[in-house]
Amino acid sequence: MTDLPASKVDLKSVLSAPTRADHSEGMSYLQSVPRRMVTLYLPLTIIVVVLLFPFYWMALTSVKPDEQLLDLDRFNPFWTWNPTFKHFYKLLFESYYPHWLWNTMYVAICATVLSIIASVFAAYAIVRLRYKGANLVGGLIFLAYLVPPSILFIPLATVVYQYGLFDSPLALILTYPTILIPFSTWLLMGYFKTIPFELEECALIDGASRWQILIKIVVPLAIPGLISAFIFCFTLCWNEFIYALTFLQSTSNKTVPVAIVNEFVDGDIYRWGSLMAGALAGSLPLVILYAFFVEHYVSAMTGAVKE
Amino acid sequence: MADIAVAPRAKPQIQGAWDQLKHNRNWLGFWFMVPAMAFLIFFLAYPLGLGIWLSFTDTRIGRVGHFIGTENYEWLWDDSIFWLSVFNTLLYTFVASAVKFAVGLYLALLLNEHMPFKALLRAAVLIPFIVPTVLSALAFWWIFDSQFSIISWSLRHLGLISQNINFLGDTTWARICVIFANIWRGVPFVAITLLAGLQTVSPSLYEAATLDGATRWQNFRFITYPLLTPIIAVVMTFSVLFTFTDFQLIWAMTRGGPVNATHLMATLSYQRAIIAGQLGEGAAISSAMIPFLLAAIMVSWFGLQRRKWQQGESND
Repeated sequence: MTDLPASKVDLKSVLSAPTRADHSEGMSYLQSVPRRMVTLYLPLTIIVVVLLFPFYWMALTSVKPDEQLLDLDRFNPFWTWNPTFKHFYKLLFESYYPHWLWNTMYVAICATVLSIIASVFAAYAIVRLRYKGANLVGGLIFLAYLVPPSILFIPLATVVYQYGLFDSPLALILTYPTILIPFSTWLLMGYFKTIPFELEECALIDGASRWQILIKIVVPLAIPGLISAFIFCFTLCWNEFIYALTFLQSTSNKTVPVAIVNEFVDGDIYRWGSLMAGALAGSLPLVILYAFFVEHYVSAMTGAVKE
Repeated sequence: MADIAVAPRAKPQIQGAWDQLKHNRNWLGFWFMVPAMAFLIFFLAYPLGLGIWLSFTDTRIGRVGHFIGTENYEWLWDDSIFWLSVFNTLLYTFVASAVKFAVGLYLALLLNEHMPFKALLRAAVLIPFIVPTVLSALAFWWIFDSQFSIISWSLRHLGLISQNINFLGDTTWARICVIFANIWRGVPFVAITLLAGLQTVSPSLYEAATLDGATRWQNFRFITYPLLTPIIAVVMTFSVLFTFTDFQLIWAMTRGGPVNATHLMATLSYQRAIIAGQLGEGAAISSAMIPFLLAAIMVSWFGLQRRKWQQGESND
């Protein structure tokens, strides 16, 4: 099972207009415009509106003045004419929020870099060194991908405590790679397989060591794969919740998702504005990153499922 | 494929044992695997075993436990809250996965059509998957607020209801809400991965079938679906796996309430192990998830096998 056939999907075409577009146009004359309205545009609009509405609501809530938030009868709840940045101001200057953002960023970058380095070596060894048992190890790494954090957090909490890492960002930096390494190894294995063998053979004949081949030939050629893996891992770290909730205790050490759930949720009836501002500010970095690397992101997502 | 490791061995062996070792691929392979394996053994394999061991002890936070056999499991067997959480988890997984599959496949088929702003739409559809689950769960918490819910407001102004719906305070509504939020987050993943699969289907198959008089439904049933089955198997395995072990959505929206109606096994184990300090009991609950996970992995395995068989490729 380890050497699954590599899929022949042109991943880039998933988002950018596919090269086959003119072919599919060939049959679309069979559908009249009104029919397309009902069978295509209407359901698509409904689904997209439902998918995006929570973000609109999040953004709107974060700029609404407090009195408009809770008075639904005097003000139209779907719009506001006098937006305020009070909630963001409160967030940035009267809370630990910048601290939490920094923690999240720091943990995510460290864990991602560590995982990618470990994965490059592992994937290269499995695909190209093909040592004895490489297929078995590849299969085990795939299985590791299927072990969810929800069944590991209790024993990991005791391990983290034993190693004296409790309430330290290091606990997260060391445990997140268990989620990231299986994924990125599997993804990079797929990329490495597409690099022609002949390049490596030439280098070997010219006297290059395996280390030189990896650094000077394989890694530069696998840059798109590395970017995909990096972005996806970064997103996974940012999204991770249960480890951060279990291993961190002091307010200033928390990551954004945990801090918002634990620190902002109090009995205050006016909390919604700052809560949504916090959620929006915590999502924006990822959305911006995503906007720049849509194709890499999708190839990471589909690649990991298929390889 | 050529076996390139043969090349260095062909060199005259004059540089001694160290050089030979440097080119031995098993030896090199071992060192290349060390970083990844260290992480996976210390923080994944060891805790996995430790978790199963903890479930047979009476460990608490701050106190070393003793082996107590299957007492934790016997205790859970008679615990109605545990069984309620098992029921909730199965209901949650089953309903959410089924709807995610149906809507995801439908959305993938829609997005596969030729239309303007295609790339932009596809990018927009994925956003719920990018945003951290907890943060979008908070948005849902606000949308489903008992007093200021925008849904209640809209329905009231449309004249459909006379009173606000207590979305997260009523057991049935709370279940519907968390399942809805899970579906909302999972649909983009299913849709985009299935879309990638759909794009591998050659349009000429549809053209040929249409010429032979096939309807749209027949096109879907006898061309799209069979060609998509393998990827559906994989995507749904992942979807089931991550829905079954979901934690953060529930924790951000309901924390298992009202009256444990939305407690999943993962949230219950967190509550028992970390909040109540009964690490042994919590470990028993999370260990009880393992058989279900194994079942999901088996499905994945057979799904992949089937795909290999369909593509007619051998294991080179």
